[in-house]
Amino acid sequence: MISYIIRRLVWMIFVIFGVMTITFFLARVIPADPVAAVLPSNAPPEAIAKLRAEMGLDKPIWVQYGIYINGVLHGNLGTSIRTRQPVLNDLLRYFPATAELAVAASIIGIIIGITLGLLSAVKQGSILDHSGRVFSIWGLSMPAFFTGLMLVILFSHILHWFPQMGEMPSYLRRPPRVTGFLIMDTMIAGNWSLVLNELWHLALPAFTLGWLSTASIVRIMRSSMLEVLPEEYIKTARMKGLRESTVILKHALKNAMLPTITIMGLQVASLLNGAVLTETVFSWPGIGRYATASFLSIDFSAVVGVTIFMALLYSSANLIVDLLYGYLNPKIRYT
Amino acid sequence: MLGSITWKDFSRHMVRNRLSLIGIMIIFSLLLLALIGPYIAPYSPLSTNPIHKLESPSKTHLFGTDSLGRDILSRVLYGTRISVTIAVIVLIVSGGTGIVIGIISGYFGGIVDDILMRITDLFLAFPQLILAMVVSAALGRNLRNVVLAVAFTSWTVFARLARGQALVAKEQEFVEAARACGASNTRILFVHILPVSISPLIIQGSIAMGGIILTVAGLGFIGFGAQPPTPEWGAMVSDGRNYLPAAWWACIFPGLAIMFTVLGFNLFGDGLRDILDPRMR
Repeated sequence: MISYIIRRLVWMIFVIFGVMTITFFLARVIPADPVAAVLPSNAPPEAIAKLRAEMGLDKPIWVQYGIYINGVLHGNLGTSIRTRQPVLNDLLRYFPATAELAVAASIIGIIIGITLGLLSAVKQGSILDHSGRVFSIWGLSMPAFFTGLMLVILFSHILHWFPQMGEMPSYLRRPPRVTGFLIMDTMIAGNWSLVLNELWHLALPAFTLGWLSTASIVRIMRSSMLEVLPEEYIKTARMKGLRESTVILKHALKNAMLPTITIMGLQVASLLNGAVLTETVFSWPGIGRYATASFLSIDFSAVVGVTIFMALLYSSANLIVDLLYGYLNPKIRYT
Repeated sequence: MLGSITWKDFSRHMVRNRLSLIGIMIIFSLLLLALIGPYIAPYSPLSTNPIHKLESPSKTHLFGTDSLGRDILSRVLYGTRISVTIAVIVLIVSGGTGIVIGIISGYFGGIVDDILMRITDLFLAFPQLILAMVVSAALGRNLRNVVLAVAFTSWTVFARLARGQALVAKEQEFVEAARACGASNTRILFVHILPVSISPLIIQGSIAMGGIILTVAGLGFIGFGAQPPTPEWGAMVSDGRNYLPAAWWACIFPGLAIMFTVLGFNLFGDGLRDILDPRMR
């Protein structure tokens, strides 16, 4: 087990290094000159040359690459030309909002997904099963940005039930920064009415993002339940005279959870993809919006930084899921 | 077994499964609209008309007009051709690349397999949309580069699947016979192994279509895809979004077009999956 973890970690380092290299060279073929993005068009040539030297752009690309790697190894991802802040600071500043959104979306996805998948399998062929199927295929077919906009039209513009954008009212003061996670910080500050308000802001974006996960979880949950239900031990449990709910929840659900956990690991990728679109729709101050803005302004260091960060998140999530899977299923032995 | 579905099984099951039948009908009408859309569109998708800007749906403009007075129905119809064409090209490019890499990897095995599969894993470590955004930002934001960007991110599924198929196929007797007759590796790969491995790859292709269209639309929405005034659906939703909620039609009709298109492919793909995995029925 330990050697498996070590091998996975080594592979992860290799992957991050590869991602960094690919992105670095991709970002360097950008035809636009990053210097032109910072300086006015009538800047004197000396100023341009000076800035180029400052940004290290006058050196050959291999040297630039070496400098960049060296920086990354020392925890320096470069400075964003757009925000004028170290990229790492920016990432750490914007990440909590995305994390809160993704966690809320996962909770929604898991609760609705497992319930619906379970019911669909138990009542196979019923109206409920069919509507569960339609709900999940529909969810997979809705672009996240369109779902978001529809929810905004219905629940903000027409019904006025939920706020339209942002993570809290802009006229209120943010709680003092402790963890960086807004809701947690507000709790620490003891401002419970603001916590409610923030959850209220979170509802629409979280549902938008959560629907995507719900859809995949429903499918996998249904199919693994269908696989488990005809098993002998389920029959045994029924014959012992256990209540049907006990049989389903205690005996079947536990075993059907395994494939569902695998799919949750894969969900991290779709959560990150979806976060980019959802954050754009809801003006959510997270990493997705930071990525879009940096990429659109060809902010080189930020582009590479965001990509490495996302790849790191994604690979760690997959590693955790794999380990969890091994822990829950003793039949699997990592060698 | 993936490869052993007969055409009869396929058509019988598809007709029995009402949802996939709906999917097929959506796909067919879509292809038809992509083909004839530009001929039945009432207006030019690009001609602006500031006097009639943001008009609500009416008899003259069934889907209303956008912020520049362009007819949204016509733009959605032209957009069908754009989306379908892009998705098909992406599928050919990514499927082709993935299949070649996959069967080479599976057939030769050993170090070739190791290297190619590690590269595949590397690409799988990127969240797809982010990678597509990097490629599109790097190469320049236009339709052609959207194709490259999305293909760059979606070949991995095909590589993995093709590798598995090649692993099975290379053990078969006819491959051994071909080798005994002195056929070259290239010939064995493309004349003997590829044809017997192709049907699950085609199925995977139709399952992947929905995702490809979603990624293309997503890129368009955040500004990395087609640039104005191209009538691309994602970009149209993004433009219409500025006039919500008053001019809802500018955003809803292109959005619905994306939804129905992806829904068509997903319903169809879902039916295909049922055939492959009878336990799911």
